[in-house]
Amino acid sequence: MDSIRESLLKKSKATKKDRFARVITFSALLLIVVVVISIFLFVASKGLATFFTNKVNLWDFLSGKKWAPGQTNAQGQPLTGALPMITGSFLVTLIAALVATPFAIGTAVFMTEISPKHGAKILGPVTELLVGIPSVVYGFIGLSVIVPVMRHIFGGSGFGIIAGAMVLFIMILPTVTSMTVDTLKSVPRHYRESALALGATRWQMIYKVILRSATPGILTAVVFGMARAFGEALAVQMVIGNAPLMPKGLTSPSSTLTSILTQGIGNTVMGSLENNALWSLALILLLMSLVFNIIMRAIAKKGAM
Amino acid sequence: MLNPKQSDKLASIILYTIAGLVILILAALVGYILVQGVPHLSWHFLTSSSSAFTAGGGIGVQLFNSFYLLIITMLISFPIALGAGVYLHEYANQKSRLIQLIRTAIEILSSLPSVVVGLFGFLLFVVQFKLGFSILSGAIALTFFNLPLLTRSVEESLRSIPDLQREAGAALGLSRWETVGHIILPAAVPSIVTGVVLSAGRVFGEAAALIYTAGQSAPALDFGDWNPFNTASPLNIMRPAETLAVHIWKVNSEGIMPDAAAVSAGASAVLIIAVLLFNFFARFLSNVLYKRLTATK
Repeated sequence: MDSIRESLLKKSKATKKDRFARVITFSALLLIVVVVISIFLFVASKGLATFFTNKVNLWDFLSGKKWAPGQTNAQGQPLTGALPMITGSFLVTLIAALVATPFAIGTAVFMTEISPKHGAKILGPVTELLVGIPSVVYGFIGLSVIVPVMRHIFGGSGFGIIAGAMVLFIMILPTVTSMTVDTLKSVPRHYRESALALGATRWQMIYKVILRSATPGILTAVVFGMARAFGEALAVQMVIGNAPLMPKGLTSPSSTLTSILTQGIGNTVMGSLENNALWSLALILLLMSLVFNIIMRAIAKKGAM
Repeated sequence: MLNPKQSDKLASIILYTIAGLVILILAALVGYILVQGVPHLSWHFLTSSSSAFTAGGGIGVQLFNSFYLLIITMLISFPIALGAGVYLHEYANQKSRLIQLIRTAIEILSSLPSVVVGLFGFLLFVVQFKLGFSILSGAIALTFFNLPLLTRSVEESLRSIPDLQREAGAALGLSRWETVGHIILPAAVPSIVTGVVLSAGRVFGEAAALIYTAGQSAPALDFGDWNPFNTASPLNIMRPAETLAVHIWKVNSEGIMPDAAAVSAGASAVLIIAVLLFNFFARFLSNVLYKRLTATK
């Protein structure tokens, strides 16, 4: 009897294997979480050192207009004003998003409502392909096409906020368009049919029904594009001129958080104030990407109700 | 004021114009790169090593580095992403707080700027673990950047398999793992492969995460030496390796060779063609696998 009992109560080989697989797959998942947490811990510990070890005032850091961490001002305080870069980052991102949004919505509406045939055959695959084009290629195009054009139109060097914003506009356009197409496609068919049955013209249907019900999705697409633009480093760095000055106009050389970061981190000594100040910029980038994430979540929540 | 019919016409015209403009911009973009770049492509350009000061340098080493780094990255990230995807979709209790938190974490990781991920890799692997600028550091940084997307695509692939298959497995008395291993994963292979190849295209073109991890120099390689422990061997994973995308950036921002524009145009064309090929290859492979692994004729 005991042997039967034992064999019934014992875990089968399959169960043991299942347990094992469960542990292995869960640890893979856990690994990703550990990576996320350690990214935040490491960057925060480095970025906060500027304020705790080097005793830089947080407000001075965020509002100071002069960025030269190696030098000190009359009071002996290091010149770590990050406002020029913060302004630059926000300006390029906002301009790029403002230009890209109408184009993306227009194209997406064209693809889904006006000419679905051409949309599916030509525009769809093309935008999907362009999403995958590496950002350095956009930077190269900016450098060899957009910067000379800007130089021609506005004079000066051609490097500046406008050039950066144009590169980012082209870069995020495919992404925002294809996300908008997905949301427009998810608007139920009977919405369109009821609008048309009420005697609406095609434009009335698009404007009063489809775009309204797709608004949360479109907003998410735009914010997603902005997050990409804000965090893009090399493409912007190639065309913005990288002068850590307050932008005087849209066509004078300026800088963004990412451009100063990529340029400086290799030329400073680990642990020095110059280096820590750069990590503080990285921390701002990290926090901003969190903010974008939270905005997208908030939109999704509102849209779901 | 326009009446509704007129505004409908006007709106249609505007939409046509916008779509036309976008097609024009996108076509000009791809056309420009191909027109500028393709004439520079030659066997010599694709195979010879780059030169820092003189004209006539190639991209041979960078091209090899890009592919090698891609393979190493995939070797590290695919098993992790597969495991994580399987747990998330097959084992996890979807309503549990912990799983929702984990999903949020993955989403955050996917939205982090790649330069920040690269700097983290620099801090942890290059500086703390003293791996130096190396393929290994670069591959790990790219893994971090690749993991959330790959995990999501594995999970999506698993989601596309109907629950009927899981129920059938359970009804036959198979354990969950046996069902996953013998029924679900084989059925999901075509879409998993598509996801892997598409993410490979993204990894191939990534530069910001690499400049401070895999480094910005490409020492000459001895392609006769395949011992991974020799410094000049192409297979050595501890050597610094500038990839094609990094090369384009470096040539344009600090290059001093006289033909920088030509080199970067050629290299950009190669990158774009590679991304195109990855796209086609993904579709082709998924079709072939789908036919082979399922009973579809």
